[in-house]
Amino acid sequence: MPILVEKRQLVTPGDLIAEGNYLIGESTFREGDKIYATRIGLVDTDGRSVSVVALKGGYIPCVGDLVIGKVIDISLSGWVVDINAPYAAILHASDAIERPFNPQRDDLTSIYDIGDMILAKVVAYDRTRNPILTTHGPGLGKITRGRVIEIVAAKIPRLIGKRGSMINMLKRETGCHFTIGQNGLVLISGRSPEDEDLAVLAIRKIEEEAHTTGLTDRICNLIREESQKRGVSHVSN
Amino acid sequence: MSQIKPEKLINEQGLRIDGRKPDELRPTKLEVGLLKNATGSAYIEQGKNRILVAVYGPRETHPKHLALPDRATIRCRYHMAPFSTEVRKSPAPSRRELELSKVIRESLEPVVFTEYYPRTTIDVFIEVLQSDGGTRCAGITAASLALADAGIPMRDLVVACASGKVDGQIVLDLCDLEDKFGEADLPVAIIPRSEEITLIQMDGSLTPEEFRKAFNLAIEGCKQIYAMQKEALRKKYIAVKEVAEEETTEAGEREE
Repeated sequence: MPILVEKRQLVTPGDLIAEGNYLIGESTFREGDKIYATRIGLVDTDGRSVSVVALKGGYIPCVGDLVIGKVIDISLSGWVVDINAPYAAILHASDAIERPFNPQRDDLTSIYDIGDMILAKVVAYDRTRNPILTTHGPGLGKITRGRVIEIVAAKIPRLIGKRGSMINMLKRETGCHFTIGQNGLVLISGRSPEDEDLAVLAIRKIEEEAHTTGLTDRICNLIREESQKRGVSHVSN
Repeated sequence: MSQIKPEKLINEQGLRIDGRKPDELRPTKLEVGLLKNATGSAYIEQGKNRILVAVYGPRETHPKHLALPDRATIRCRYHMAPFSTEVRKSPAPSRRELELSKVIRESLEPVVFTEYYPRTTIDVFIEVLQSDGGTRCAGITAASLALADAGIPMRDLVVACASGKVDGQIVLDLCDLEDKFGEADLPVAIIPRSEEITLIQMDGSLTPEEFRKAFNLAIEGCKQIYAMQKEALRKKYIAVKEVAEEETTEAGEREE
């Protein structure tokens, strides 16, 4: 029962990864006793299971995910939110106003208007209906400061790194605060626009080079070099 | 039409009108990820063919009533630019283009895991910028690359290649003149891993033996293109990786 490729090897759709009785993970499928890749990505295996860490791919909602979305419509009893997924998400009005919703008294636009960016959690999703969001919780709700950038959703795990190694380094080096939506949107708020610029630059590089090794150190060097070049005084901690 | 029939499509040395051997493909170039605004994209140059493919999705279906409750719909638009042909073509989709849109869609559908994304749409736009015969095959080849580039889960890539009969000889990958003045044209699209056929059409006539020979030749052509497809997909990421890893070693040397 051999695994036919090396760990972290680049595979494309239809590539044979393993033969035998392995558990199949993300972006793989089984045909008989052969396991193939379904996406372009890097192979990951722990001896019992095989999976492919995709390099490209959109966001599929998952209950419990923290997402950043944009209000795109207001319906009779709530908001429609674009969360960068194949399905538009729904945020019920009763969820946002903490008491029964009365359409005659409550003006939804005064809470979230079209175009507002919100931070929310996915509370229900089962593929047959659109995902339901909630803004009930610490830190959730309208985004009032910082900037939001979009990256390929498949690269969010890389941005966080092993046990948060990458994101902690970014926080330390840029002095910015990061909120990562699982849907590929990242909220950056720093003390100055220059700090934020630096963070955006670093995130773009991480997105482009997500499949390479030694990335954390390289990004760290990049930020230090760039901050020196731009004369951004950066204070750690 | 300004084109006139050449006296001979195959010369005394057995070479074809563009200097190829009977079983030789046209020079082919494949590239992925050229369009920033599309989810996935691919470009193919095969001989004088130039085709650009963009993929969007999976995304919400509009209009809503076209959504399928259990899987994604694939929509496909094959279109030839007005300037892609010898004589200016009307930009409106012709009967031929509608048919090709349908056969290309049907040749791509079996490899895509549409059941992963119920109620959504995957849009495939195939734009022929310059045509030189065999655009449906090149379109399929590029479209499956664009789907892979979009990160859409697939069982395998789809490859297409045509063979045919010209001046009484079975040849691979017909160009425009051979297509127009040859005796037969046999476009074939396959899923290379399982050798399942997702498209087969034929113009003209072949005897059973000729058909067998032409069919096998087309499959051989497909396999050659399949290798190029995989290479094109990898190239984009490997180039970045090499540059990045060079940077790492350089930085390491500096610290020492």
